[in-house]
Amino acid sequence: MSVKAIVDRCEALFEDLNFQAVKDWKAAAPGRKAIGYMPVYVPREIIHAAGMLPVGILGGGDQLEVIQGDAYYQSYICRIPRSTIELGLTGRLDCLDGMLFPSICDVIRNLSGMWQILFKDKYVRYFDVPQEYRDAVGGAYYVHELEILRDDLGRLRGRPVTDDELRAAIGVYNENRRAIRDLYAFRARTPWLAPTAEVYLVLRAGMVLPVDEHTRLVRDYIAAASAADRPRRDNARVVVTGVFCEQPPLGLIKSIEMAGCYIVDDDFMLVTRWLLEDVPETGNPLEELSRAFLHHSASTSAKYDARREDKGKFLLEQVRTRGAEGVVFAAPSFCDPALLERPMLQDVLAKHGIPYTAFKYAENTGQMAPIREQAGTFADSIKLWSAA
Amino acid sequence: MSTPTPIAGPESRRKPEVQKEDAMWLQKELINKNYMELARARGEGRKVSATFVPGNLNELLMCFDFARSLPETNALQNGMRKKSGKFIMDAERDGQSEDVCTYVKADLGMMMGGEIGPTGDPLPTPDVLLLSYTGCFTFMKWFELIRHKYGCETVMLHVPYQGDGKIAPNMRDYVVKQLQENVIPTLERVSGVKFDIDRLREYMKESQKAEEDLVAVLQSAKNRPSPIDGYFGAVYYIGPIFTAFRGTPEATQYYRVLRGEIEQRVREGKGPVTPEGELAEEKYRLVVEGPPNWTSFRDFWKMFYDEGAVVVTSTYAKVGGVYDFGFRHDPDRPLESLAEYCLGCYTNLNLPSRIDMICKYIEEYQADGLLINSIKSCNSFSAGQLLILREVEKRTGKPAAFIETDLVDPRYFSAANVKNRLESYFQMIKQKRTAAAH
Ligand code: SF4
Ligand code: SF4
Repeated sequence: MSVKAIVDRCEALFEDLNFQAVKDWKAAAPGRKAIGYMPVYVPREIIHAAGMLPVGILGGGDQLEVIQGDAYYQSYICRIPRSTIELGLTGRLDCLDGMLFPSICDVIRNLSGMWQILFKDKYVRYFDVPQEYRDAVGGAYYVHELEILRDDLGRLRGRPVTDDELRAAIGVYNENRRAIRDLYAFRARTPWLAPTAEVYLVLRAGMVLPVDEHTRLVRDYIAAASAADRPRRDNARVVVTGVFCEQPPLGLIKSIEMAGCYIVDDDFMLVTRWLLEDVPETGNPLEELSRAFLHHSASTSAKYDARREDKGKFLLEQVRTRGAEGVVFAAPSFCDPALLERPMLQDVLAKHGIPYTAFKYAENTGQMAPIREQAGTFADSIKLWSAA
Repeated sequence: MSTPTPIAGPESRRKPEVQKEDAMWLQKELINKNYMELARARGEGRKVSATFVPGNLNELLMCFDFARSLPETNALQNGMRKKSGKFIMDAERDGQSEDVCTYVKADLGMMMGGEIGPTGDPLPTPDVLLLSYTGCFTFMKWFELIRHKYGCETVMLHVPYQGDGKIAPNMRDYVVKQLQENVIPTLERVSGVKFDIDRLREYMKESQKAEEDLVAVLQSAKNRPSPIDGYFGAVYYIGPIFTAFRGTPEATQYYRVLRGEIEQRVREGKGPVTPEGELAEEKYRLVVEGPPNWTSFRDFWKMFYDEGAVVVTSTYAKVGGVYDFGFRHDPDRPLESLAEYCLGCYTNLNLPSRIDMICKYIEEYQADGLLINSIKSCNSFSAGQLLILREVEKRTGKPAAFIETDLVDPRYFSAANVKNRLESYFQMIKQKRTAAAH
């Protein structure tokens, strides 16, 4: 398959706010169920093990007209909950049999309660994760949370989820994570062959496709993009951070790239890369998922840094391992997690002499010119700097 | 979170010959005493802790002899003293976004100005930050920011959210284990004081007594007329118990005296005391959801009492602990009960529980309706409030209204707007009543 064919398919999935792919998957066999989840992380393995399709819900983007959703939120709250409510109230999420609201911030937390009230016939769960990282303390708590999810989903399908099913699910998600790790490494090595606007769409496809199909798609993309003949530009290599929840419009990602930046790492859809290493496919599956979370997971604002010196470590690693020359802080307006984290990360970067720039966006930001200009100036300054 | 502890009270205008037993006088003394203790801490070689109001483990901190600072209270004090505006702008110049919680910025701005607290006395940088992570995500960032800048030792106490509207045993065990394995050992190390569980039990016995009296005071508003204002007045009442005094004999004494005074008012059929004296006629009885505005607190209150509106109860008066449905600190199960206290704070309840609670209040306090003061700073309170409003209206049939202000950022208090809204709301209640009477 050509790069274009793959990307076109992903773009169609991305643009389809009616989740036809989910409906098709459900229709293909009787009794199939789909479970939605929001950022930043849920163990999709458990949903998959229950024979259900995990569906990542990332708001309505810039194509959805939000009418009802605005009536539920004050002007000073970010966009993603209102467009998500809009998706729900307009019936676009009827194909979901349940929704998981992970622990990320008070807005999504409270949205879990709103969902319980607005969609009474659906399975709704606030999914908490530990902020204490010892196996006997945070781990014990977390394993119990995982058990609840497993039991709930088992009940929903009418048959308990077995350990073997969980182990198999861990296996297919390990495959998927490997493929995505390869994709990220590929982009960092040859960013001119894998523009982020494309990588983003390939990742987004994983929000609605079954995991094995997505893994194949990622592999196909890497193969096709490696073979493509694309010119290499003298762009600045940057990490984009802060985009872990409400999504910037695709046009904004393109604008950053068109302004002369190669995005070589980011925090888009962290759920796909949250667990940094393979999860053992033997042993007690829930305990393995817990250990992976506690000891080998990514970092983001919603996760406590147990020690002061841990702050910014993950971002510095992204910069170092990807050979980035600067960091672009992109945060949704009114996003406390991203915006409160930012000054600390900036301070760490400043101490390491890593340049950065920062702006805010909303999922429906229409004006790209100022951001393009800012990213362009940033890219130029990096190049001047490295030339000096 | 919006923490209660304004110094002095509505009756502070009383002449200086107020009696020593006078509850307001005692409250003022208590709060000032804490600032003095903090001011003297360094000189006396005493260690200083900081922690948040929801889920504050005051009894536990006292076991280690800490002088105890509560950053939200400092922020609100600075708000009432009109100092917060500058602090917020200083913090924004230092890199904080205009979009984020202004309590955090007021605190960071104050710290940037040196070790001076709201009263003008020294306020030392804390030796330990007890991150009671209860009911608000911003708390985590707040203390991470302070730790990042000032290097304070920080200890996390992760309190799971009541997503299902109940406290599961697993949640309680997790909090208890953190107390045993992390929080207590850290506090021992920082303070150099060995933990004594019997000392904790003694404090908790005091807490119980004060809690009992506080509930009687807050529930006195079920009377007609209500002898108290359950929002503007209650922020003074909850001051000691939600901050550095729960568990002390002084707090017990304060609540006993306060209860006595309020019960006397009930017997005499008196209404609440406002900054301009006793309210002559109770025209409207309201339930309020959301914290107050601090920068224009008096003006805000005046908009109510000028119209004869009394807030009979508020969710805000439960931010530092929901006691009116039976929870008490339990010396027989000290750590479990501390865990349940943290888990049960108002902002740790899910939205359906918050709605149930408000509907219950409207019924039990015979309120005319619900007023939501939506705080720009506070996603924990504010996200979802418009649904709360709809649901409460639907379930109770009582009118609800919505206003928007901020805690300590004077830029977000528009007196004219708020007043307009309130006036039309009172009008609406009146019309509903007349309609019902016909
Ligand atoms: S964009 Fe930020 S504030 Fe909004 S829901 Fe996501 S994490 Fe929370
Ligand atoms: S967000 Fe709300 S609860 Fe949290 S610190 Fe700010 S005011 Fe307090």
